[in-house]
Amino acid sequence: MTSAGLDPPPRVEARGLARRFGPVIALDAADLDVRPGSVHALLGENGAGKSTLAKCLVGALAADRGRIVVDGRDVTLRHPRDAHALGLGMVWQHFSLVPCLTVLENLVLARPDAPRWIDWRHERAALDAFLEDVPLRIDPGARVADLAAGEKQRVEVVRQLRLGHRVLFLDEPTSVLTPQEADALLGRLRALADAGRISVVLTTHKLDEVIAHATHVTVLRRGRVVADAPLDRTIDAATLATWMVGHAPPSVARPAPRDARQPARLSIRALRVARAAGGPPVAIDALDVHAGEIVGVAGVSGNGQRELVEALCGQRSVDQGAIDVDARPWRADRASMRAARFGCVPESPLANATAPDMALADNLVLRVFDRAPIASRTGRVRRDALRASAQALAARFAVQSGALGRAIATLSGGNVQRAVLGRELVDDTRLLVAVNPAFGLDVGAAADVRRRLVELRATGCAVLLVSEDLDELITLSDRIVVMFEGRVVLSTLGVEADRQALGLAMAGHSAIASARADN
Amino acid sequence: MVDALRPALESALLSAGALAVAAVLVIALVLLVGHDPREIATTLARSAFGSRFAWENTLSRAAPLMLAALCTAIPAHAGLVVIGGEGALVLGGLAASQAALFVADVPPFAAIAITCAAGMLVGAAWIGLVGALQQARGVNEVISSLLLSIIALGLFDWLLEEFLRDPASLNYPATRPIPDAARIGALPGLDVHAGLAVALVACVAAWWVLRRSVTGFAIRVVGGGVRAALGVGLPVGRLVVATCVAGGACVGLAGAIEVAAVHERAGGALHADYGNTGILVAFLARHHPLAIVPAALLVGGLAAASGPLQRGFDLPDAFVRIVEGVVFLAVIASETLRGRLLPPAAR
Repeated sequence: MTSAGLDPPPRVEARGLARRFGPVIALDAADLDVRPGSVHALLGENGAGKSTLAKCLVGALAADRGRIVVDGRDVTLRHPRDAHALGLGMVWQHFSLVPCLTVLENLVLARPDAPRWIDWRHERAALDAFLEDVPLRIDPGARVADLAAGEKQRVEVVRQLRLGHRVLFLDEPTSVLTPQEADALLGRLRALADAGRISVVLTTHKLDEVIAHATHVTVLRRGRVVADAPLDRTIDAATLATWMVGHAPPSVARPAPRDARQPARLSIRALRVARAAGGPPVAIDALDVHAGEIVGVAGVSGNGQRELVEALCGQRSVDQGAIDVDARPWRADRASMRAARFGCVPESPLANATAPDMALADNLVLRVFDRAPIASRTGRVRRDALRASAQALAARFAVQSGALGRAIATLSGGNVQRAVLGRELVDDTRLLVAVNPAFGLDVGAAADVRRRLVELRATGCAVLLVSEDLDELITLSDRIVVMFEGRVVLSTLGVEADRQALGLAMAGHSAIASARADN
Repeated sequence: MVDALRPALESALLSAGALAVAAVLVIALVLLVGHDPREIATTLARSAFGSRFAWENTLSRAAPLMLAALCTAIPAHAGLVVIGGEGALVLGGLAASQAALFVADVPPFAAIAITCAAGMLVGAAWIGLVGALQQARGVNEVISSLLLSIIALGLFDWLLEEFLRDPASLNYPATRPIPDAARIGALPGLDVHAGLAVALVACVAAWWVLRRSVTGFAIRVVGGGVRAALGVGLPVGRLVVATCVAGGACVGLAGAIEVAAVHERAGGALHADYGNTGILVAFLARHHPLAIVPAALLVGGLAAASGPLQRGFDLPDAFVRIVEGVVFLAVIASETLRGRLLPPAAR
């Protein structure tokens, strides 16, 4: 096995790579030149083709047309094995570690040449020696399940280096990290690259990351390369944003502060909810959302936000404590949801908010199918009325027209997201729980969603907004709370929110967090 | 092609394809045991559908199969795989045979209604328990329905032997014969009992409720995505138990009809595997309540041909069971092709 520091990384070039999925052109004759020792950002919105390009270059996806050239030689990558042989490997967006094994066991497991009998002492010594040479601190004896997201990401990177990969592709590596963790990881990778030991290709849609850590940027839009440049001082966030979306991004006006305090619509007291994957339960002592208020919930995913949302949406039972809506215990049944005009946009809407094999039209009317005009007086579903209602709801967020009869699972992620938004963000919604509502949408649609949230707030809707996008939270929220390990560790006014403090709280630096919370 | 028709067409193609594959396998089996597949096919077709008598035989067998298939098909709409119809069928039949003993002096129509209601009630309770266990305690319904079925068969034997046996039934333990008032007669002009009409009505009713009504829509949402159903406040637990109760009532009714129309008492003959074969019918119909009718005719015809095949070709008793098993495997395996046979129009 090679150690990090011998051969320099190869130069990797893509020439005219193209890939279609059915009628959709995901990648249209894209060129890319990753020079040895560079940190190359692939910037683009969701669906711009950056992940497709990266996958083609690590053999996870076959290109329809085009060439891949490594160190001047044409290569064919039919399988990740082929990419591995050339020193190319990918760190995936979702961790591919076995949680119940230790870091060392995971790293040995990943070796394609793992011996039949493993001499663990020898493996441990080899790993320790390897780590001395790499500026990434990991504990080989720790169980992966006990690691924080940032640590897991480091293990994934070490795994790639241990496999002898010199060109590391990272697919949205910071989506599960706090801002500080992200900075630390990318900073270390940049140091390795600057030393000429690796090249890094980073798919991202975060402009700050590109500016802070990349040496080159290639911007993709609808499968085409629209810009390609070394990062220098002349390139700022506004330039990148304009390249990425083709025009200056629309901005959402910060909502005006509310004048008088409205009554609390949603009130959580001493709530205890068991966690899905074990770990400390969700324990929230007090959290209120008032009419006409957006309360943002920040936190690295997996710190209890999901369980909180599930408890509110009736998908998880409450162990202790009280959830009150309009001062009455919340039962999350159909009658109470209707009375409270409740809406919920959970994470992964296809899995959590749809019946995937049912038609788009059916999924759009899940909140209204048992009322007139869809329900007839004899209890029949009137298909014509159903279709009309579905059409109206689909139009609200421009869900692909003509797909009403198709199973919703066959639609793109963005269309599913818009369909669920159209169903839940109706005009008379008065209590909304939304998780990453703009996830997977292009910049224009995302701005549209945020504008709708602000409009709902203006009409007196109480919104609990759970988001992994700090900028979104800071822009929209009247108040922001940070969740860490199931607890609210920081609560701050939106106008006073400070990214640094939020980031520290998200990482569980509770001394600072609790000091802030006391204010 | 109209998008809405695509899944239905695909289901039909999958079932037809599965039957074709099964036919090839069965032909290979027939060749292996040294018979001419053409002769076997001719005998099979003739004794299942070749004459008025054959049709009457097939239809009489199809009736309980339809009702038993509903026991799997109705809960399937709520996402459950219930395979315990056999036990509920025999217990339903036993309950009907006992209820019938009290209605000798009641007008015939009421007597039959009471007899059938007893069977439905017991079947509904038995399969309803499966749904309740799943909702209340998270017990896997495949396992619980299978095990409850075994318990039901044991319970049936024990009750029959210990308490309900007619002293006059010597070699063949059975309950006392039911009074004439509770007996279900033949359909006019046919030598097929009226249970066939009941079964057809049940299939159509199940189709209307599941595919046309608001309640059925809610049930299909539960089956299609239970998390979404919870998220929009649907009463998931109640709907799941309701489908099990309805399915159990159907299979219990099948037992009651077998008693009231065929055996005129409850005995070992009630345990004729209609409950298990109904699972095959439901899967062959892909749980569509109307498709159950032709599927039950097909499988019923196979059962009707069982005797002539055994006699004519000296085939073992197990031959028809093997054919059923091959069809079942082919149907289940064909499900893996769903979505690939007729891929949805791309996004």
